[in-house]
Order: sequence, then C-alpha cells, then structure tokens
Amino acid sequence: MSHEPNKVVIGLWDHEEVYLHAIEHIRAHGIDIYESLTPFPVHGLEDALGYRETRLHTAGFFFGATGTTLALTFMSWVMTTNYPIDFAGKPNWPLASFIPITFELTVLFAAWGMTLTYLVRNHLYPGFVPRIYDKRTTDDRFALVFDAEKLSAEQLTEIRNICKHEGAVEVKDKEFADNE
Amino acid sequence: MHAYESEFREPLINGMDKNYTKITDDLVAPTERNSAMWWIATLLCGAGALFFVFCLGWTVWFGIGTWGLNKTIGWAWDITNFVWWIGIGHAGTLISAILLLFRQRYRTGINRAAEAMTIFAVICAGMFPIFHMGRVWDAGFIFPLPNTRGPLWVNFNSPLLWDVFAISTYFSVSLLFWYSGLMPDFATIRDRSKGKIRWYIYNALSFGWRGTAKNWQRFESLSLVLAGLSTPLVLSVHTIVSFDFATSVIPGWHTTIFPPYFVAGAIFSGFAMVETLMLIVRKLFKLEDYITINHIESMNKIIVLTGSIVGIAYLTELFIAWYSGYLYEQFAFYNRILGKYLWAYALMMLCNVISPQFYWFKPLRRNLWVTFILSIFVNIGMWFERFVIIVTSLADDFLPSSWAYFSPTWVDLGIYVGSIFMFLFLFLLFCRFFPVIAIAEVKSIFRTGSEVAKAERAKAEGATHGGYVGMSTVGPLDKDSKN
Repeated sequence: MSHEPNKVVIGLWDHEEVYLHAIEHIRAHGIDIYESLTPFPVHGLEDALGYRETRLHTAGFFFGATGTTLALTFMSWVMTTNYPIDFAGKPNWPLASFIPITFELTVLFAAWGMTLTYLVRNHLYPGFVPRIYDKRTTDDRFALVFDAEKLSAEQLTEIRNICKHEGAVEVKDKEFADNE
Repeated sequence: MHAYESEFREPLINGMDKNYTKITDDLVAPTERNSAMWWIATLLCGAGALFFVFCLGWTVWFGIGTWGLNKTIGWAWDITNFVWWIGIGHAGTLISAILLLFRQRYRTGINRAAEAMTIFAVICAGMFPIFHMGRVWDAGFIFPLPNTRGPLWVNFNSPLLWDVFAISTYFSVSLLFWYSGLMPDFATIRDRSKGKIRWYIYNALSFGWRGTAKNWQRFESLSLVLAGLSTPLVLSVHTIVSFDFATSVIPGWHTTIFPPYFVAGAIFSGFAMVETLMLIVRKLFKLEDYITINHIESMNKIIVLTGSIVGIAYLTELFIAWYSGYLYEQFAFYNRILGKYLWAYALMMLCNVISPQFYWFKPLRRNLWVTFILSIFVNIGMWFERFVIIVTSLADDFLPSSWAYFSPTWVDLGIYVGSIFMFLFLFLLFCRFFPVIAIAEVKSIFRTGSEVAKAERAKAEGATHGGYVGMSTVGPLDKDSKN
C-alpha cells in the first residue's frame, strides 16, 4: 500500500505467547504499533492490539439475504407471471419446491460476497506485490513493525530496549525504497 | 486457542525435533524437490486422463448410443459414476467445515488434501450429467438464462434442476474455502523461494498475502462463516442428489430414507478415498509426523460409524419394502437381492457393511495395511451401492417384456476408468505444486497438540512442585483463552 512508511523498526519474536505479552507491554507504554505480522492466526492477537471486531460476517449475512430474496422473487415471477405452466392443475406457486434452490443461492451469495469483500478489504489480488518486512514472518517469526518516520529518536531507542527486554530474538532498522 | 488439552490425547504432530521452522521445511519440501516417481505417475495418469477426454469426444461424436444404455435401463454407469464422485467429494468439506465447527483439531493434518480431493471429485462428477445431455454445447441452458424463445424457463419443480444449483454452488463454495486457506501457505512458499520466477508465480497465487493481524482476523471470520455455510451445504448437496431418485415413482427409488442414507454413504466413501490417497501421500512425501496413526484412527472411527449407518439403511429399506405391503416395492427389493444382480448386491453388502466392522478392533483401526485395503473395499462397495440402486430398480420394470440387463461398452468403461485417472492426475499436480498440508493451520496447533508441547508441559508440571515455574513467565499453559 502506498502510504506505508519507508523507515521502520522491526522486532521479531519466535514464541507467540512471549509475543502477545510483549504487545501488551509495548502498548502499555503508549507506543503505536504500525503493523503486526504472524505466520498463523494467533489467538488473542486482535484483542492485544486493540483492534475492533471485523464486520465481515455481518456483510456475509446481507449477501446471503440478497441471495434468498433474489431466488424467491425470481422463481415466483417465472412460475406465476412470466411462464406459468399448468402441471395437472397443481399450484403455480409451489413454495416447497423453491426451498432447495433458495437455500443454495443464499449460500452461494453469502460465500462469494464475503470472499470478495475479504479480498478487497485485505487488498489481495493476483499480481499484487506486497512489501515484505521480513521473509520469516510467513515461516517462524512473529513481527512487530514500528513507523520510524513518525516516532522520535528517543522513542525508537525505547522501543528497541523494550523489544529486547520482552524477549524479541531480533530487533532491526530497515529502510525501503518508495517502490518497494 | 491455547485451551488445555488432556495429556491422554495422542499428539497430532510427532517428533521431538519439531518447531515452526521445521514444520515449514517439512511441509514445503514436496513442492521444492523433483522426483522421478512423481513424473512417472503423472505421465501415466495424464495419459489416462487423455483417454477420458478421448472417450468423451467419442460419445459426443457418435452419440449416447455408444454407451451400453438400452430402452429399459436409461440411466446406468453415468449416473452411478456421478453419484460416486459427488459422494467422494463430500469428505473434504466435511473435514474442513464440520470438523472445524466441532473443533476437531486432527482435521488440520488432512483438510487441505481432502478439500483438493473435493474439488477434483466434483469436476469428475460434473462431466457425467453434462455429457449425458448429448449436446454438450447446449449445456448452458440448464441454468435459467434469459433467452429469445419467448418466455421459456427451466422447471423449478425438478430435482434435476435443484441438482444443477446444488452441485455448482457446492463446487464454487468449496473452491473458495480451499483457496482462501491456500493463500497464506502460498505466501510461505513464496518467501522461501530462491528464483525470481518462482517468487512471482507463488506471489500471484498467494494474492500478495502477508499475514498482518487484520488479515488473520478477517481470515478467521471468513473461514468460520464459510464453515458454517458449508456444513448445511454439504448435507444439502447429497440430499438433493438423492432427490433425483427419491422424488421419482420408480419402486426402489421412491423412498424417504434416501437423503440421510445418501449423506452417510457420501461421508463414508469420502473418508475412504481420503485414506486411500493420504496413506500414499504421507509415505511418498515423508509426512508421517503430520498425518499420524492417530489421524488414521480418527478417520477409521468415522468410517465404522457411517458404514454402520449405511448398513442400517440397507436393512431398513428391506423392512419397509416388506412392511409397506406394496407389491411392486416388494418385487423391486426381492429382485435387488435375489435377482440377476445378486452378485452386485452381495459385493455391496460385503464391502460396505461387513468390511468396516473390522474397525471395532483397535489394532485393526491402527494398522496401515488393513486401513489401505479396507479403504479400497469401501470405494468399490460404494460404487456398487449406487449401481445396485440405479440399475436393479430399472432393469426389471413394470412390463416383463421389456426387462433387460445392462452391459457396459468400452466407452462406458473408458469414461469411468478415465475419470479416475483424471482425478489422480489433478491430485498429483496438486501434490507437487501446492502445499499438501495446511501449513499455517498445523502451526496453530503446535503449542497444544504436538509431541514437543506435550513433553514440555509434562516437564513443567512435574517440576512445578520442585519450584520450577517453567513457562509461567508467559502465563500458565493451561490458562484457557476466551473461547
């Protein structure tokens, strides 16, 4: 993403519990964490970082409801108005036989809607070249990234000290070019 | 989720040398090395897949008459193969969705491959009804597309149409579920890659994944909701497949027991196919530490459960046929057991009902050879189940003069065997280029379910009395998190 800071301090941990603990301490010092990268979903991470709950599932509900409505109205319109057929005098609006397709379309819309929202919100698409802060964050390291452009030199020194004190296996400064 | 786990549970990741680095190394390794075995197998299966395509082409060119169908038996191997493949495709979603909701952590070792299997099995399944239509180029009209033929729509009352919606929804939702899980693992492969081209390919496949806290938060929300959606979906799919038969008026098909009976059968055959493949994969790719005997045993327990449900369903059908007092129904079932397809019925009973009963015994459940052989038995048995239901009910119909016997032609055989090669071919490609085991998910159970973690905990607990606090600087290990 374009607004990512070019100068950063990165702290790396190798144990998620130590990492979670470190986040709590760092935030208690009033230091802003720019980004947090982990190789797998760490439980309690979003709470430790103070993120609010994602609204993705709410979006999923509305996508699903759209599917339900679309399926029911479309089938009703076809069977009663646009193309009514007389099946031996049986009702033209057989709600029971609409259930399977209505259900399938609900699931289809919810799943696709949610997944596309997820991709858009996470800025994920084939060909997107992300800035890799550290290669090992998809392997065995839990990283915290601090924005060195915003923070003062004293604050950065404090960050380095806290990270080391809180069990970071590595703390490093990194500078990126604009196009990275 | 660092919930406390009983020490009596066997570890899900074996080996005392494991840590996150080692897990990545082990699980990415199959995508990083070339093997002659893989090439031979892939070329062989690729040739088989080409034969599949050839037989389909033959069918389209000369027509359905090249199949062994006749006036009486208008549905035979094609629909049998369709239901068989769809059933096999059920294990993937079951493992990833239902076992996720039930928090069965052994799923992490097998879910990725099972989901891949689902995708490939559904692709194979879809071929049969599509090519049975004859004019495949008009296949798009099975969807309610706007057209210029006046108001002309598909029949929304037809279970065959419901099937169209069920299968296509199932395929696309399974694909989303599978792929959303693959993205983080592709990123893992990307970040280890040496060459530039490899980096770009895997980066494109990973959609530029990085694994930020917000990414993971949304990822977990997505996978939980997709699991919640897929659970009723997977049950609905085979229910609707069974409606193809159950809503008809043919004795032997027209039964209300079909939906649960088909769903149980699907799970049964799906797990059998997962076992057949995973037993080979774990050996070839040296993944024994991640797909342990414990995993195999868990699957065998599901097989004995679903196999017994299927067995009860067979007996219930017979009882109801007798109890109904309905002559045609009784004849259909008498004919099914003792008629000209006696051999098929016997084979089905032997493979599906008798053979899984060996799994009541623990040493057999944990024996790899027994598991491998029985899993193949179940695969065969479940094919015969569909064959028995479909063909025996049609063969001796209401008019004795039109009674017939079904003999497959070489095209029937070629399409069926070819579809198996097609499936294996796709699976082999998957094994070579994709992470066969969900790397991130395996890592997420490392602190609770691995042998290393269990040993650490045992040591900490044993030493606490002596004043050793172990890992307690970071909080007690049995501390239950919010969930």
